[in-house]
Amino acid sequence: MNSDEEEERQPERLPISRRPEWADVTPIPQNDGPNPLVPIAYKEDFRETMDYFRAVYRADERSPRALELTKEAILLNPGNYTVWHFRRQILEVLNADLHDELAFVGRIAKSNSKNYQIWHHRRWVAEKLGTDASNKELEFTKKILALDAKNYHAWSHRQWVLTALGGWEDELDYCKKLLEEDIFNNSAWNQRHFVISRSPLHGGLRVMRDSEVSYTVEAILTNPENESPWRYLRGLYLDDTESWINDPRISSVCLKVLSTKSNYVFALSTLLDLICHGFQPSDEFREAIYALHASESEPLDSDLGKAICHVLKYIDPMRANYWLWRKSKLPLRAVSSQ
Amino acid sequence: MEPALRETVTQREQSMVLNDVNMLYHIYATVPPKTQRLMLELQRDNHVEYLLRGLQHLGPSFCSLDAKICCKPFFWHITLCRPWICYWILHSIALLGESVDATLEDKTIDFLSCCQDPDGGYGGGPGQMPHLATTYAAVNALISLGGDRSLTSINRDKMYMFLKRMKDPSGAFRMHDAGEIDVRACYTAVSVARILNILDDELVHNIGNYILSCQTYEGGISGEPGSEAHGGYTFCGLAAMILINEADRLDLPALIDWVVFRQGVEGGFQGRTNKLVDGCYSFWQGGIFALLQRFHSIIGERPTLVDAGGADCSIDSIQTTAESDLSEDEESSDGTSSQDDEACHFQHGGSQEASCSVNDKSAEMGPLYHSIALQRYILICSQDPGGGLKDKPRKPKDYYHTCYCLSGLSVCQHSWLKDEDSSPLPRAVLGPYSNVLEPIHPVFNIVLDRYQEAHEFFTRS
Repeated sequence: MNSDEEEERQPERLPISRRPEWADVTPIPQNDGPNPLVPIAYKEDFRETMDYFRAVYRADERSPRALELTKEAILLNPGNYTVWHFRRQILEVLNADLHDELAFVGRIAKSNSKNYQIWHHRRWVAEKLGTDASNKELEFTKKILALDAKNYHAWSHRQWVLTALGGWEDELDYCKKLLEEDIFNNSAWNQRHFVISRSPLHGGLRVMRDSEVSYTVEAILTNPENESPWRYLRGLYLDDTESWINDPRISSVCLKVLSTKSNYVFALSTLLDLICHGFQPSDEFREAIYALHASESEPLDSDLGKAICHVLKYIDPMRANYWLWRKSKLPLRAVSSQ
Repeated sequence: MEPALRETVTQREQSMVLNDVNMLYHIYATVPPKTQRLMLELQRDNHVEYLLRGLQHLGPSFCSLDAKICCKPFFWHITLCRPWICYWILHSIALLGESVDATLEDKTIDFLSCCQDPDGGYGGGPGQMPHLATTYAAVNALISLGGDRSLTSINRDKMYMFLKRMKDPSGAFRMHDAGEIDVRACYTAVSVARILNILDDELVHNIGNYILSCQTYEGGISGEPGSEAHGGYTFCGLAAMILINEADRLDLPALIDWVVFRQGVEGGFQGRTNKLVDGCYSFWQGGIFALLQRFHSIIGERPTLVDAGGADCSIDSIQTTAESDLSEDEESSDGTSSQDDEACHFQHGGSQEASCSVNDKSAEMGPLYHSIALQRYILICSQDPGGGLKDKPRKPKDYYHTCYCLSGLSVCQHSWLKDEDSSPLPRAVLGPYSNVLEPIHPVFNIVLDRYQEAHEFFTRS
C-alpha cells in the first residue's frame, strides 16, 4: 500500500512519450473544433495523459498498460466518467484483483468524497465482490462519515451495501451513536428510519414502532426546536394514520412542549396535522393554546384549527402565508366540531 | 438521552453562518438610505461582465476547474463539464435580458456540436461518452441561445435513441451507459425529451413508480429510494412528475409542508433538514413553488388533490389569497414581529411597498414561501457586488451559484403572478424595479421566451 501511494505521487513524472512501453502508440489530441469555447488551460501532463487515453480508448485496448493509464488519468481528474467507465471494462477483461481496486478507490475518495463517479465505481466493484465486501464497505463509509456525517453519497452507498450485501447487525447502534454525537443530524435520523423499516432483523416498522416512539419523544423533549425527530415521529406512522391520531403519546408530547411556552412551532404544527386528520382535542389543548396567546388583545378563533394557524402565522412569520393557506384548507370537520 | 448541554456540530455550524448573515443584515439596517438602496441593487453590469468573461476565456487557474467549479454540494459534479458552464452562463445572461454577439453564439454552437455524440446525446467534452446531465445542460444552453442554427444543431432522432438506451428496464434512467440510476437522470431525460418533442409512452413508462418510491417520510424526495429528502432531487422529482402528468400521485401536502420548512431564518433555503442555507436552493427549493403554481397551466388541466384532511386543495389555489383576517398580518408579513428579530427585522429600503400591502385587503398574499426574505438573502448575502453570485457569505462566487441564485431571484419576482405574461408588481420586487429579471419556465429552467421559441420550433419540425 505504501509503495502504491509513493508511486501515485510521482514527484518526477516521466512524460508518457518518453516511456518505451508507449512507443507504438500515437496520442490523439482533443478536438475542440476550430473555435474552442470556454477553453481550459490544461497542464501539460494532463493534456498528454488524456491524448494517450484517447488513443487507447479509441483502439479499445483493454490491456494492463491501459489500466495503468486510466489510473494516471483518474488521479489527474477523478471526475472523468469516460475514463472510469473504460477502466471497468478493462478490469473485467483482465480479471483484475478487485480488492486492490477498492483500495485504489478508497484513497481517491478521501479527497473527493462528493464525486458521483467514485461512488458509482465503488458500488460496481463491491457488487462484483459480493457479500465478502460488506464489512469493508461499511467500515469505509464509516470513515467518510466520520469526516462529514451528512455526506449524501456515503449514505446512499451504505444503504446500498446493507440492502445488496447485508451487514445490518450493528446498524441501529451506529445510528444511535451518531445521534448521540449530534441529535440534529437529519441524515442519521433518515438512516434510522431506513433501518427500522427495512432491516430483516427488526421485524419492520410496526414491530419497532413502540420503542421508537419512546426514543423519539425523549429526543423531542430534550430539543423541541429540532425538526428532525418531529418529522421522524410522523414517519413512524406512515401507513397508519389512525394509530398516529389515537396514540396518546403523540398528542401529549405536543401538549408538554406547548406548556413550556417556548420552541413550540413544531408542536403546534403537529397538532394542526392531527386535527386535520380527525383528532379531537380535549379542553387541555384548548387552554394550552389560548395561554400562548394570552397577551394579545384579539381573541382567538373558537375553532382550534384556525386558532393554531393564527398563532403559527404570528410566531413563524417566515411561513405566514403558508399558515394562512393551511387555515383556508382546514377540513369542514374541524370547523363543525364546535 | 443526555441533556443537550454542549453544542453539536450542526448547531455550531448553523450559528456561525447565522452570525455572518445577521452581521450583513445589521449593516444594512444601520447604513444611510442611499447605501441601503445600493445594497439591494442587482449589479447587472458587473454580473454580465463576469459572465461574458467566463464564456470567452477560462483563465489558467481553471486547470483545476473541475474541483473549483463543479465540486458543489448538489448536483452535477461532472468534471470537464463545459456544457454545464455554457448553460450556467448563457442562462444567466438570458435572465439578465442580455444576449451574446454573433461570434460567441457561433462558437458556442460549434463547441457544443463537438460534444454531441455521433450516436446521440452530449458528453462533458469532445470525445467523452454521452451523459444525461451534460445532455440536459447542452440542450438547455442551445435553447437559451436560441435561433434556428442553434436549435437545428441538436440531432433529435439520435437523441431519442440515446434516451432509449439510457432507459433501465425498471423504468428509471441511467446517467450514462452502465451509469448510476437516480432521480436526476429521470428528470434530465424527461426534460430533454419533452422540450425536443420526442417524449413518448415508451420513455415515460414506469418513471412515476420510481420517483414515487423516492418520496421519503419527511415529505421531500431523495436521489434513490431510502435516501434523505433533498431540495435538488425534490425539484427534479416533482418537475419530472409534472412533465409525465403524474404529479398528483405524490403526497403533495407532505411535500409542501417539507419545502416551506426549508426556508430558514436567514431568508434563504437549505437543501435538507438541519443543513446550512445555500443560495443555489433559492432555485431548487424556491422553484418548487413555481412548479406547483404553474402546475395546472403546464399540463393543461386542473388536477385536484385531496389533502390530508380530506379537504380540497386544488393546485391552482396554491397561492394564498386575501382573507378577511388580512389585517392581522400587519406585523408578520415582512417578518418584523417576533423571535428571530435580527434576521427578520428588516426595512425594505428603497421599496417600502415591497412587503405585503397590508392596507389593500383585496391584494393577493403571494406565494407560500417568504419571497421578500428570499430576495433579501440573494441580494445581500449571495451577491458579490463586483459580479457573480455565491452560496453564502465567505464563499467564493462561481457560475453554478450565479445561475441558480439568479434563477431563484426571477422565480421570486414573478411569484405573485398568475398570468405569466404580465409584469411583476413593484411590491413583489425587493430593491429597485430595475432588478427585475426575465421570467423563466420553471420546469426546464429556461427563460420563458426562449422556451416558447424552442417549443414552437420543435412542434413545427
